[in-house]
Amino acid sequence: MSTEGVDASRRRFLTLTTSVVGGAGIVAWALPFLASLKPSARAQAAGAPVKIENIDKIEAGQQVVYTWRQKPIFVVHRTPEMLESLKKVEGDLVDPQSSMDQQPEYAKNETRSIKPEYLVLIGTCTHLGCLPKFRPDHPAPEIKQDWQGGYFCPCHGSKFDLAGRVITGSPAPKNLAVPPYRFADDKTLIIGEDAEQKGAA
Amino acid sequence: MAIVPNPHKTTGFLGWIDDRFPLTKLWKDHISEYYAPKNFNWWYTYGSLALLVLVNQLLSGIFLAMFYKPDAATAYDSVQYIMRDVSWGYLIRYMHSTGASFFFIVVYLHMFRGLVYGSSRKPRELIWLFGCLIFLCLMAEGFCGYVLPWGNMSYWGAQVIINLFSTIPFVGEDLSTWIRGDFSIADATLNRLFSLHVVALPFVLVGLVIAHLMALHEVGSNNPDGIEIKKKKDPATGIPLDGVAFHPYYTVKDIYGVTIFLIVFFAVIFFAPDGSGYMLEKANFTPANPLVTPEEITPAWYFGAFYAMLRATPSFWGTQIWGVIVMFGAVVVLFFLPWLDRSPVKSIRYKGPIFKLAVAGFVVAFVMLQYLGMEPPNPTRTLFARIGTIYYLAFFLLMPWYSRVDTTKPEPERVTG
Amino acid sequence: MSRSLPLSLLLLSLATPALAGEAMPYAVKLDRGNTASLQRGARNFMNYCSGCHGMQYLRYNRLGKDLNIPEDVLKKNLMFTTDKVGDQIHSAMPAAQAADWFGKQPPDLTLETRARGADWVYNYLLTFYLDPKRPNGVNNLMLPNVSMPHVLWELQGFQKPAGEKEEKGEGAGEEHKPKYELAQQGSLSPEEYRKWVADLVNFMDYAAEPEKAERVTIGVRVLLYLVVVLLPLTYLLKREYWKDVH
Repeated sequence: MSTEGVDASRRRFLTLTTSVVGGAGIVAWALPFLASLKPSARAQAAGAPVKIENIDKIEAGQQVVYTWRQKPIFVVHRTPEMLESLKKVEGDLVDPQSSMDQQPEYAKNETRSIKPEYLVLIGTCTHLGCLPKFRPDHPAPEIKQDWQGGYFCPCHGSKFDLAGRVITGSPAPKNLAVPPYRFADDKTLIIGEDAEQKGAA
Repeated sequence: MAIVPNPHKTTGFLGWIDDRFPLTKLWKDHISEYYAPKNFNWWYTYGSLALLVLVNQLLSGIFLAMFYKPDAATAYDSVQYIMRDVSWGYLIRYMHSTGASFFFIVVYLHMFRGLVYGSSRKPRELIWLFGCLIFLCLMAEGFCGYVLPWGNMSYWGAQVIINLFSTIPFVGEDLSTWIRGDFSIADATLNRLFSLHVVALPFVLVGLVIAHLMALHEVGSNNPDGIEIKKKKDPATGIPLDGVAFHPYYTVKDIYGVTIFLIVFFAVIFFAPDGSGYMLEKANFTPANPLVTPEEITPAWYFGAFYAMLRATPSFWGTQIWGVIVMFGAVVVLFFLPWLDRSPVKSIRYKGPIFKLAVAGFVVAFVMLQYLGMEPPNPTRTLFARIGTIYYLAFFLLMPWYSRVDTTKPEPERVTG
Repeated sequence: MSRSLPLSLLLLSLATPALAGEAMPYAVKLDRGNTASLQRGARNFMNYCSGCHGMQYLRYNRLGKDLNIPEDVLKKNLMFTTDKVGDQIHSAMPAAQAADWFGKQPPDLTLETRARGADWVYNYLLTFYLDPKRPNGVNNLMLPNVSMPHVLWELQGFQKPAGEKEEKGEGAGEEHKPKYELAQQGSLSPEEYRKWVADLVNFMDYAAEPEKAERVTIGVRVLLYLVVVLLPLTYLLKREYWKDVH
């Protein structure tokens, strides 16, 4: 075996080229494996928008809890009185203008909703993920002085108003999130889909 | 500061590692300063291909296990979930199913190489023994894996194979029930075969492969001439005159071999993943049904020869255990090969006509048995299967005699091409 | 002992597949690239088969994507038991009643052409014939004493086994004597009916392996890369280094 007459630069070129080309092949081979970890067609089907019909059957002042993508969705038929309370509590709130990115554009308003009479929230406390309890009743001095109605989280005591905005002094840092949703008509609510892009959110 | 600087005197980050872990030592001993005979032909590529296929099975298997459900009620559905709902799932599945078949093709060719070049002879007996253990583990691994899709062939194949244990006198029935975990193949069986397939056997397999390679590197590779290259070393360097460093010479040659292999491998995966009904059998596209037996129960193709031997052996005195003994014996006899071959030369190149004829006959017999094992039996086929079985066993059991009386040619001092 | 990879392929090819049991009088010509045929087949399946048979491993939206059917057309013409395009194709038949009426639940058909072969399914649908001895009045060549009624009788009509008399052909060559003859006309001619069934089997072949088209396309690219790009490079690299070795 001898290494005389070796064209070292040719060797280097071939080695480099083969390595690059081979490396590209290995990356291409790895891609399907990585892609397989994305949500499967089954997960996407299960995570498809949920259609709620006869939303008008929810009585004024009542909350019904639905599920979308395995998350609890609170839908409240708010009374005029509930809507008025929103202004009363504004001084107590961490983020009264909903400036943090917890809702779609169409819910970035005073009532945090498309229609004022229907509140749609993701029922997951923004502290550590417990289910806040719906407490429209007031007064409720055990929750807070001059409680106007809202949500109280039993795990660590976070409080939210009747638009899901977090009240100062709570461990939770942000308002309760609003999911994408739209009204197909007056009686039908579709959770998981914006009005512009019909299809999964 | 290391107390004792590493003997390779490496510095920097590599030096820090080498002071604490034999990285450069391992690299030199096993790769860049491990000397292999320079006359390897293409029969010598199957070992590294086997390693490649093992890695393929492990990686594709890891990902399949993320989506597969080892439960009799949902296993079959979960395979379709992988094939259709998981992005690229079908490709990962085909890599695994095709890889299983290619594993056996590569391993059979690898073993054949050992047979004809005398790679099992002293001082390489232990390499061969580890290899035979790997072969046994591989068969177990393939069997367990085949049950997992829980198709009708999975179910009935498992039924037949585990029933083999019931042929053992006195304890057979209880033993089969204990293995199954139930009175017939059931969810309990599926769960434990899943654990064996995914955890236990891969660990054992990888351990055996490491032992196999360590034993190989301890004595050095054989070669097509069957002579020991370590007998002629360069007095100045101590390097065998007929040796070349594994890296870069065999890394580069193996990469070329791997590319050719991948062409065939991917051609099958992308254009014929069913393998004409041999890799993914038709009967396995219906869910397991304890009440409906497939028209023909065939094992996976790679068990064909051994299955043929099992079926060909008649039952005596009311028991079919003889077939089990013959089939098992056909595998066990391989372990003894290092001591059965009594020829003064290792490689077929320097052996006489008797051995060459015997090997040719062995190939014919083995291939014939493979074919017969996949076909439904009839009197003619059974006759040929019996002839094949007897030939297979005689090839090994008579070897101590015919390898001694055979003529030989003188072995060369240095390797030839 | 030269290159032995061909030997490996030889080993594979020597084991020829076992032939099917019954002789099949008909052969189907699959046409996976023919989207129109696949769409007709999907329509045929949903309208005539999905009442009893599900295809539970195929989702509507997958079908729509692969067969170029827009979502609204899909919902209007092909979805009868659900309105969610992500759902799987389930039949409307309740399992318990099915076992009662037919002796067993009509099997799911997603993988049928892979389990039995496309030719078998084609023949199955073409060889129902009148048999007064059977409770539902028909029998089938591929599946004797089948409990499935001849669902497609309106299209094919009813067949009966052709006469025993063999006609000797004039001159060389044998005439292919059909096994069955029509006892009652259906709404389709025999030719049209065969095409109808071929569309259906084409669709079922798709349903059994929807990824086939993509798989083949990618396969061509992978093999081109390996054969045209990587193989020459690795060969040249190997040859370059092995110049050292004499």
